Amino acid sequence: MDVMPKWAEVILVPLISLILAAIISALVILAIGEDPIAAVKLMVSGALGSTYGWGYTLYYATNFMFTGLAVAVAFHARLFNIGGEGQAALGGLGVALACLYIPWPHWSLALLGAIAMAALFGAFWAAIPAYLQARRGSHIVITTIMFNFIAASLLNYILVNVLRPTGSMDPATARFPEATQLPTLHELLAPIGISFSKAAPANITLLVAVLACVLVWALIWHTRLGYELRAYGHSQSAAKYAGISPFKITMITMIISGGLAGLMAINNVMGEAERLVLNAVEGAGFIGIAVALMGRSHPFGVFIAAILFGFLYQGGAELALWTSIPRELIVVIQALVILFTGALDNMVRMPLERMFLAVRRARSPKPERKPIEPAE
Amino acid sequence: MDFLTLIQLLDSTVRLATPLLLACLAGLFSERAGIFDIGLEGKMLAAAFFSAAIASVTGSVWLGLAAGIAASMLLSALHGFASITFRGNQLISGVAINFLAAGLTVLIAQSWFQQGGRTPSLMGGGRFTPITLPFADAVADVPFIGPIYAELISGHSILVYIAFAAVPLTWFILFRTRFGLRLRAVGENPAAVDTAGVSVVGLRYAAIGICSVLCGIAGAYLSTALQAGFVKDMSAGRGYIALAALIFAKWRPWYALYATLLFGLFGALETRPDVITSLTGMRVQGQLLGALPYIMTVIILAGFVGRATPPRAGGEPYVKER
Repeated sequence: MDVMPKWAEVILVPLISLILAAIISALVILAIGEDPIAAVKLMVSGALGSTYGWGYTLYYATNFMFTGLAVAVAFHARLFNIGGEGQAALGGLGVALACLYIPWPHWSLALLGAIAMAALFGAFWAAIPAYLQARRGSHIVITTIMFNFIAASLLNYILVNVLRPTGSMDPATARFPEATQLPTLHELLAPIGISFSKAAPANITLLVAVLACVLVWALIWHTRLGYELRAYGHSQSAAKYAGISPFKITMITMIISGGLAGLMAINNVMGEAERLVLNAVEGAGFIGIAVALMGRSHPFGVFIAAILFGFLYQGGAELALWTSIPRELIVVIQALVILFTGALDNMVRMPLERMFLAVRRARSPKPERKPIEPAE
Repeated sequence: MDFLTLIQLLDSTVRLATPLLLACLAGLFSERAGIFDIGLEGKMLAAAFFSAAIASVTGSVWLGLAAGIAASMLLSALHGFASITFRGNQLISGVAINFLAAGLTVLIAQSWFQQGGRTPSLMGGGRFTPITLPFADAVADVPFIGPIYAELISGHSILVYIAFAAVPLTWFILFRTRFGLRLRAVGENPAAVDTAGVSVVGLRYAAIGICSVLCGIAGAYLSTALQAGFVKDMSAGRGYIALAALIFAKWRPWYALYATLLFGLFGALETRPDVITSLTGMRVQGQLLGALPYIMTVIILAGFVGRATPPRAGGEPYVKER
């Protein structure tokens, strides 16, 4: 029944959207009087030209894998979770509590504990909007947006009044103890003879993120729950007839989604900053939307898209450093990616579908119609 | 708390409520016609930048206002193009518009003015100045009524009065004209409107057109009246608070006025912690006040206090039967 072959659906549509976004971004750079080709060169050398650049690219990509997966899982059940930002912030709180108040003997145990706390806190922050949607019928998009703001206020309050060490002016927690410091890629790769930049923040969380991609893939396509989740996303009424509880699916999906968003805190709070600061998420929750849309909600697609956005993020930082192009260029590119792969999807898809239909018609000549026998 | 403090508090309530009110009414037109608009924030921000930029270059605040409205209209057209013409997801389109505005305003500001993503401070004719209503000075000494008239009602910029006048006007358009009836119908049951021979697409574009004008005024107010010039991210979540107010107001114009005044009061109180302490006898955290509009919206949406029912066809692209 599909008009387009699968490869066109999976590769061609996102690729065309991406090219459109790239062209417009280039025009924007031209319009502000800079050279787009030089900008791209600078971005590539800054983000991929050294292990230092790669370290930052992969660090950002790790964040975006978690938030991208969070949005993607919810998309499969046709739920739009804009609350990744708040869920990741709460995840940070969970990580901070785990690292500050539990005396961990070794980083590996601390990592496990922090994973549990981050996921728990993130999931909790997503569970409330999920409950309100499933039981009280309030729109999940609006509630998750509201919960982003509530999370920001809550964290502001906690950092200023509760977790701030006495005598410190900075609204941040104390530094985490040494036993909770996660090994960086430098420390992980040194034993096998690969020298990786010491200064870059990429750490073992990258492996956790990749593992999360695999687990989400297995969950969605190889478990009963994943099947129910997709069925619910395709048709709520059909799923209901099949005995799938909308309440259960909404709750579980959002809990998984929020947990994934919360896990991002392992990377930025525990792996990089080693303390919880104000506004630690820095918009990564929203980039998750772009990542999930570009990755077509498939974990592998999310993985690729996250690395692409990691590259854009690090490249953008380099641009801001060396040229007069502000960092906000990345926000524009992110907006264009969301626009073309998400909202204007049909604009790309419709002409393609028409093209494929025309090709198919041209290839297979119309079957000869039998003349209808006149009734006697 | 004395009488003068109360007047001052209400005065800043009015000033802070004005952009919320304009954006809320903007969202009202759009959502009543069945188009969700998360992009209020972005449109306001774009309008704020372009009105400040043009006002600072030309020295005329009215040209600035026109430029702000034009910028807001362009983004609205994009939203309509994506969500009406190409039947894309309205929520995703709104999110994209917010990011587009957040990024482009800083990028263009940096390229035009080289001041770190802001415009030069507006002076003289580049700003909307307070208007003194007739007899304000004369009655200022009259006890009680005098200060209310002279301080609270008089002395705002023209955009404030436009915003307040927009409330009865919106009510009249939506509930007393044929256009309003059709606009509301297209948000509830577009198929019925189509059957009656009225263009669903045309009505929806008209609705987001009105929405963009109001958003443009709201943005211009931020940068040319409330403050003197554009700074990065100056809409600061007001578009989302307006969205919250819209739900709080159950998609009705008069309730929108009350909701935005209430949220404006929270904003005014946030800057005067001493007033809260003297009123309630305890310290209330500023963060709690900041979060209160959002918390109240969640409670209202959940139907614990009254039920907020959105327009039935909201968020769904209309596909004509064939």
